[in-house]
Amino acid sequence: MRNLKAVYFKEMKSYFNSPMAYIFLVIFAVINGYFFTRTFFLFNQSDMRSLFNIIPLVYLFFIPAVTMSLIAREKNLGTMEIISTLPLKNMDFVVGKFLAAFSLVMVGLIVTLVHLLTLTQVGTNVDYGAAFTGYLGLALAGAVYSSVGTFASSVTDNQVVAFIIGIFIVLVFFLMDKMLMFVPSYLTGLIQYLSVDYHLSNISRGVIDSRNLVYFASVVGFFLFMTVRILEIRNWE
Amino acid sequence: MIKVENLSKFYGDVKAVKSISFDLSDGEVVGFLGANGAGKSTTLKVMTGFMSPTSGTVYVNGMDILYDIHEIQKQIGYLPELNPLYGEMRVYDLLEFTAKIRNISGKTFKDAFARVVEQCGLKGVIHKNVAECSKGYKQRIGLACAMIHDPKILILDEPVTGLDPNQIVEIRTLIKDLGSEKLILMSSHILQEIQATVNRIIIIHKGEIVADGTNEELMSGFMGNTKLTLEIKNAEDASVKELTKKIPHLTIINTESRDGRKLLNMEYPKGQDPREALFQYAVDSKWVITEMSPHSANLESIFRNLTMEETANA
Repeated sequence: MRNLKAVYFKEMKSYFNSPMAYIFLVIFAVINGYFFTRTFFLFNQSDMRSLFNIIPLVYLFFIPAVTMSLIAREKNLGTMEIISTLPLKNMDFVVGKFLAAFSLVMVGLIVTLVHLLTLTQVGTNVDYGAAFTGYLGLALAGAVYSSVGTFASSVTDNQVVAFIIGIFIVLVFFLMDKMLMFVPSYLTGLIQYLSVDYHLSNISRGVIDSRNLVYFASVVGFFLFMTVRILEIRNWE
Repeated sequence: MIKVENLSKFYGDVKAVKSISFDLSDGEVVGFLGANGAGKSTTLKVMTGFMSPTSGTVYVNGMDILYDIHEIQKQIGYLPELNPLYGEMRVYDLLEFTAKIRNISGKTFKDAFARVVEQCGLKGVIHKNVAECSKGYKQRIGLACAMIHDPKILILDEPVTGLDPNQIVEIRTLIKDLGSEKLILMSSHILQEIQATVNRIIIIHKGEIVADGTNEELMSGFMGNTKLTLEIKNAEDASVKELTKKIPHLTIINTESRDGRKLLNMEYPKGQDPREALFQYAVDSKWVITEMSPHSANLESIFRNLTMEETANA
C-alpha cells in the first residue's frame, strides 16, 4: 500500500510537472463545453444528457492518450530495470499507475461540473439524481478505459503503438452493443453484457444495479491483472 | 554473501551465460571483467532480479532469487548499465521516491538523504531536474539511488563508462571508500579501471568464467617468460652470438639493426634475472647499452590472451 502510494504520487507529479495534464484538461473541457452548450440553449431543457452523451466519445481518444505513456515510457527509457530491481510488487506498480491516470480523468470530469452549475443557475427542476448517476456512470466508464489503456501501455515500449492498441480495445468495448445485429442471436446476450455502453446507459437512466457495478469492477480487475501478468512474463522471457 | 550456482541465461538460441558459478564474501570488492557481449550485464541483471535465469540460481545471504527476490532486493543496491533515470523528476523527488519504495521516510530519510548527498557530492543539483544534470552528475545520482538504503551489497554495472578522467577518479575513490564496509561487485570492460579499484577479478568470456583471483594471483598464474628489450651500440655479430652461451637461460627472439645500433628482443624464464650478467657481458665486450627494459606480463596481456585464445578456438 505504501509503495502503491509512492508510485501514484510520482506519476501524478510527472503528469502535473509536464504540460501533459494541462493540455489534456483544457482540451477536454473545451470539447465537452462546446458540444454541451451548442444545443443547450436551443433545446431549452434543463438536463445534462447531451453532456453525458458526448463525454464517452471524447473518452475514446483522450483516455488512451493519458495512459499511453504509463508503462511504455518506462520500458523505452529503461527505467523499468530500476523499477523491477526495487522491492516493489508489480501489483503496486500497475495499480498506482492506473489510479494516477484515473485521477487525471476524474479531474477532467470534475471540471465539467461547471455545466451543472450553469444548469442550476438558469434552469428549473434540475434532476440532481440523474446528474449524480450520470457522473457515476462516466466515472466507472473512465475507470474501465483507464485500465484498458494501462494494459495497452504494458504490451509495447512504443507510446504511439500503445495509444493505437488502447483506442482499438476501447472502441471494441464501446461499439459492441452497436454491432448486435451482426452477431448470431445466441451471442447477443453475452456481447451486450460485455459492452460498456449497455451498463453505462443503465446507470445513466438512474438505475444503480449491482450487476452493472460488478461488471465495471470485473473489467477493471481483469485488465489490471493482465497488465501484471504481462510484466511478469517479460521477466521470464 | 552471494553464491552463484550453475547460472545460465539464454536469449532464444543465444547462450549469453553458460553455467557459471562463483562465491562472493562480505567486504570484498570484486571486478567483473569481460569484453562487450561477454555476459557481464546479463549475469548482473539475473542477480538483481530484473531477469530470471534459464537454469541455475543465485543465493544471497542464504535466500534464493527464485523464491525471495523482494527480500534480496531490499539488501542490494543496483546501478544499471545505461543508468536510466526519470529525467523530468527533480533529484530530490527521485531520491525520495526511491527511498519510499525502500520503506525509508521521515527522519530516517533525512539522514539517508544527507548521507548520499555527501557521499556522492550532489549538493549543487538537489533541486534541479535530473535531465538538466551533466553525465557525471547523472551517474552519481544513479549511485545515490542505489545507496539510499545503505545496502550491504552494491552491484554496479559499468559505473564509470562515459565519464571524464576527473569524474572517474572521484567514482573510483568513492567505490574504494565504500568497499571497506560493503560487498561491491562492479563490471567493466576497461581493465585499468578494475585493476585500480578492486581486490579480486573475475574474467568472463563468451558466457564462461575464464579466470578468477586477486590481481597478483592472476598475474603470477599467467605470467610466462619476461621479455627484455636491449639496445646496444658497437656490437659485433660474433659477440652477440656468444651472448646466449655465456648466459644460458637467456634466449634471443630476434635481432634488428638500425643506424649502427642493434635491437635485441630477448626473454628469460620467471624467477631468473640475467640483467646484471648481461651488463657485465656488455662491459667486457665494450658494448654501449642505450636501452634495457624488461616487460613483465600485465593484466592487459592476460586479458587479451584469455579472450583471444577462446576466440581462436571457437
